Amino acid sequence: MTDAPTASARTTRPSTSGAAGTLSRGRLLVWLGGTTAALLASVVVTVAIGPAGLTPSDVAHVVATRLGLGDLLGIGAPDTLADGIVWQLRMPRVLTAAAVGAGLAVCGVVMQSLTRNPLADPYLLGLSSGASFGAACVLVLGWTAVLPVAAFVGSTAALVTTLALASASGRGAGGLSPARTVLAGLAVSQLAAAATSFVIFWSAKGDQYREILSWLLGSVAGATWTSVAVTAGAVLVLGTLLASTGSVLDAFTFGDTSAAALGVPVARVRWGLLLVVALLTGALVSQSGAIGFVGLILPHAVRLLVGARHRALLPLSMLCGATFLMWADTLARTVFAPRELPVGIVTAAIGAPVFALLLWKGRARS
Amino acid sequence: MTQVSDQARLEAGPRSTVAEPSAGRTSGAGLAAERVRWSVAGRLILDDVDVTAPPGAVTGLLGPNGTGKSTLLRLVAGVQRPDGGRVSLAGTASPDPVGAPGPSGAAREDLLAMPRRRRARTVAFVEQDAATELPVTVLDAVLLGRTPHRSLLAGPSEDDHTIARAALERVGALGLADREVTTLSGGERQRVHMARALAQAPRVLLLDEPTNHLDVAAQLATMRLVRELAREGVTVLAALHDLSLAAATCDHAVVLAPGASGHVVAAGPVEQVLVPEVIDPVYGVRTTVLRHPRTGRPVLTFEER
Ligand SMILES: Nc1ncnc2c1ncn2[C@@H]1O[C@H](COP(=O)(O)OP(=O)(O)O)[C@@H](O)[C@H]1O
Ligand SMILES: [Mg+2]
Repeated sequence: MTDAPTASARTTRPSTSGAAGTLSRGRLLVWLGGTTAALLASVVVTVAIGPAGLTPSDVAHVVATRLGLGDLLGIGAPDTLADGIVWQLRMPRVLTAAAVGAGLAVCGVVMQSLTRNPLADPYLLGLSSGASFGAACVLVLGWTAVLPVAAFVGSTAALVTTLALASASGRGAGGLSPARTVLAGLAVSQLAAAATSFVIFWSAKGDQYREILSWLLGSVAGATWTSVAVTAGAVLVLGTLLASTGSVLDAFTFGDTSAAALGVPVARVRWGLLLVVALLTGALVSQSGAIGFVGLILPHAVRLLVGARHRALLPLSMLCGATFLMWADTLARTVFAPRELPVGIVTAAIGAPVFALLLWKGRARS
Repeated sequence: MTQVSDQARLEAGPRSTVAEPSAGRTSGAGLAAERVRWSVAGRLILDDVDVTAPPGAVTGLLGPNGTGKSTLLRLVAGVQRPDGGRVSLAGTASPDPVGAPGPSGAAREDLLAMPRRRRARTVAFVEQDAATELPVTVLDAVLLGRTPHRSLLAGPSEDDHTIARAALERVGALGLADREVTTLSGGERQRVHMARALAQAPRVLLLDEPTNHLDVAAQLATMRLVRELAREGVTVLAALHDLSLAAATCDHAVVLAPGASGHVVAAGPVEQVLVPEVIDPVYGVRTTVLRHPRTGRPVLTFEER
């Protein structure tokens, strides 16, 4: 798709004012419309999938009634069992998956851009390892009620440590550089992972081990409407903020110096966006654990479809990430039904080969 | 060490027609960096450096590797902040009549105090070897030059596209518009960076070794473009390490000396600066200056001492 223009690349186009601009803006709108439609359809379909034998129209019925549209549409009250399954069990889970997928994907785009590292993901700065450590600590203590708080605190602590390390090592030598940030994050991740292993090894008993492991791999199986409120709220506020930074991130295309020469306050943007990414990722991880590969793969896949301009990449990655994680979670709860997999296993199982494929295609292209 | 007089510094270059009246102690027009100082990790890199670049002329910033040419350009571009000193610009080249300078030079604008985005509309900087691994098209790369001219929430407008295409046409790269930047040759990429700087519509153009890695024809094409821009009123300051190219194409030259800290050993018209008395001690070579039989410009040849 992105290869189409190369055929005409060598022929000089008449410079009719901004033809390419309007064209690509139109194409962007088509993409946005298409992915939004796919997202909404996926909500209805994935909620219907499962043992109770519901149809998408049953789901639509429940949703319409719950949204107070029943009288308007002249439809009767839905079946109470269907209502319970759709509204209490599956809808919170599907919506949480969608919000987490959207948030991780947009954070992945921002991290890859800020660190100029195609292998960057939202967890790069030690966020997931920190969250895992916090979660493991409270799980071995049996304090499941404060799990989200512990995970959030763990991720924030890891981020603060990473940034302190990165800027201390960069003092007097250029400050917070991308490479230093990545390396500091790696160090903190390893340390937190070692601490987590130690906690599990030292004190986990019986079923706690499985509980912790499932958390480490990431899962939305326990999602409630509270999870929806936390994750969707974070995505709507912080994710939308990130998605609006397209022009700023584009200015980093040729690096920090060039961004600064284009009038971008580089240091302020980098610190500010890292903070927003950290808060959003922390909120997501507190509800779902550290679901891998979404924040790494989705940005690459979407970039392959629509190019590297962030004004298109950010919103589309959000929409595609939401749809992707909803379907991944649907697979996680259906392939080995009635047993469930942590969705992190599914995203890794899909993500790793897709990543290899993207690398392969990327090599063939350049 | 030859310190060329202020009057010599203001003299018109051979091809330009600058006729500024002398404006007191420092130059009254164009770009002026005064007593600029910058240190890193306890090392003083630039120590009270004075560099001026008259408007409508090409000024070559010369000196051996490591004397702080790139650093000075970054400070002028506002990418880094100097530890001390002043960088200012007189509003002569602007089509805007409000900024017309009086003889006292009162209309000088302080580039360091200017808001970032306004500075980016005034000064464009083409750094050395700016690269990306992202699959951006040439047109999108050039459109980045419009960033300081539009709201950060809005996308590029139709006007921005028109300007970007005109910039590409100007550097002879319109045919590359839909290519990805990563697939370009070094010379093609350099032209794209020039186009991006042109799209910024700057009054000052800073170039860091713009002819590096280019073949002879591409070097000459780049310098011809730079001269044209200067004739249209842009103030050009270009770090160059090829003294012969500087002699052939620059109006003025500033030579930074090697050593622990960079400082200016000579500044003025190329004929007065690119002479053996200046070059030989700085580079440790023996220089012979010849005349080009057709252009009449200096041609430099070097021998080991
Ligand atoms: N960020 C930095 N950190 C450490 N040293 C630097 C930095 N920037 C420049 N320098 C040093 O400053 C000196 C001047 O560098 P530079 O401006 O690149 O010189 P030039 O462009 O004339 O070759 C060099 O010795 C370089 O090592
Ligand atoms: Mg240099």
